[in-house]
Amino acid sequence: MSYDWQPLLLTFKLAGITTLILCVIGIPFAWWLSQTRIRIKPVLETLVSMPLVLPPSVLGFYLLLAFSPTHWFGGWVEHIAGLKLAFSFQGLVLGSVIFSFPFLVHPVQSGFQNLAPSLSEAAYTLGKSRWQTFLHVLLPNIKPQLLAGVVLAFAHTIGEFGVVLMIGGNMPGQTRVASIAIYDEVEALNYDAANFYALVLFGVCFTILLSVYLLNKKFLTRLGGT
Amino acid sequence: MIELYFKKKLLGAQGEFSLEVKLRIEQGEFVTLFGESGAGKTTLLRCLSGLTEPDAGSICINGETWFDSTKQTRLPVQQRRVGYMFQDYALFPNMSVRGNLEFALRKGASRQRVSELIEIMALGELQHRKPAELSGGQQQRVALARALAAESKLLLLDEPFSALDQETKVRLQDEVLRLQRHFGLTTVMVSHDVSEVYRLSKRVLIIEQGRIVREGSPAEMFGVGQASGKFSFAGEILAIEAADVVFAVTLLVGNQIVRVIATADEAQHLKPGDRVMLMSKAFNPVLVAC
Repeated sequence: MSYDWQPLLLTFKLAGITTLILCVIGIPFAWWLSQTRIRIKPVLETLVSMPLVLPPSVLGFYLLLAFSPTHWFGGWVEHIAGLKLAFSFQGLVLGSVIFSFPFLVHPVQSGFQNLAPSLSEAAYTLGKSRWQTFLHVLLPNIKPQLLAGVVLAFAHTIGEFGVVLMIGGNMPGQTRVASIAIYDEVEALNYDAANFYALVLFGVCFTILLSVYLLNKKFLTRLGGT
Repeated sequence: MIELYFKKKLLGAQGEFSLEVKLRIEQGEFVTLFGESGAGKTTLLRCLSGLTEPDAGSICINGETWFDSTKQTRLPVQQRRVGYMFQDYALFPNMSVRGNLEFALRKGASRQRVSELIEIMALGELQHRKPAELSGGQQQRVALARALAAESKLLLLDEPFSALDQETKVRLQDEVLRLQRHFGLTTVMVSHDVSEVYRLSKRVLIIEQGRIVREGSPAEMFGVGQASGKFSFAGEILAIEAADVVFAVTLLVGNQIVRVIATADEAQHLKPGDRVMLMSKAFNPVLVAC
């Protein structure tokens, strides 16, 4: 029996793109958050953490409203970039970025916070700019946390269900990711196909999490920690 | 030559106080800032290096203005290029010993300098190791070498020997002194170890609550100038035992435990745990509660 690989491929494409975007915006944001003394910092931290506790359907519901072309945000994005966010892959990416944001930001931020401030200060006295310091001193010294953040964000996007269902609908090739496909197949009593998707997701998530733990153990031994 | 005058508000253990210093340091001089922790010594170093900005004042080095609050001059820390040795050494954990030194090189500087420093500081065998694989004394040497790799004319040392054992300390102090003379570096060191100050610097500035209260040679500050013809040590009483007509008092002075004799009169006011001054004059010890 041949299985439809499309939902799985779509899942990994979504997780890959989401993680990439998260790295670009999430890592600098985590650094900024670890340094800033801005007064609204607790508010920002709360907002970042909200997806951890909020039911995905709540987030999905508001995103769906905002994505609607009749809403100013959805209308604005469609007008500026020509992107349709509701029930589209682009909308899924944006939703996933928001939903997986804390999974990347939290470990990376705590990594930055645990570095001695004297490390960046030493780099500054040696004539290095903030960017050079960030790239050559800070990032390489939080490798375990970076890895944890990237992998958690990736794995969490794979496991996303509620938000995707709310804002993506269930369009084959567009928004029908594996987690939705499982639900769909179960509804249609195709346990065999559901099992196929579920098994692949289980295997993939187990493997990447396991490699994180193994790699981090190696990092820590190399740095002389326990 | 360094000329500086500045003010900076600091938050100390007893509330807010102001660091206010006026100072002139000659080219090639080795100056020590001596005082209790929290007196503002490290802040002074940080203001010099540009890591902390004074509230008001000016800092001029060899005719170049690094900071002037009236003219809004603020040379960024990156352009001051001081050799700063941090109290915790601040070695980059991701780089090898050699990597740490190479990172410190100025743009276009020859790598030859790194090899030279590795040789001078006897780091040859360790050059490919990471900082976490080094002992405290070895890390200290790397930190010093890194501060020198930047080819700065101003070396700032923040309690560079505080975490080391006595033997390593003395050996590295000699090394610092040799290198300081070799490169003709103007050096400002923060310390609260009298022996260190004696060995290394010609001039000591004693800082209390943000002010330079006294300055002079180490001998003038800690020794001969105030000599009163007796030794005195601060100690803590561990035990008092009656021995015939006198009392044997066991004291902890520094790391040493000594036993001295006290008269019944003296012992009457003392109990274990008391802080006392032990003074010796013509070999008869006197204990005074403090």
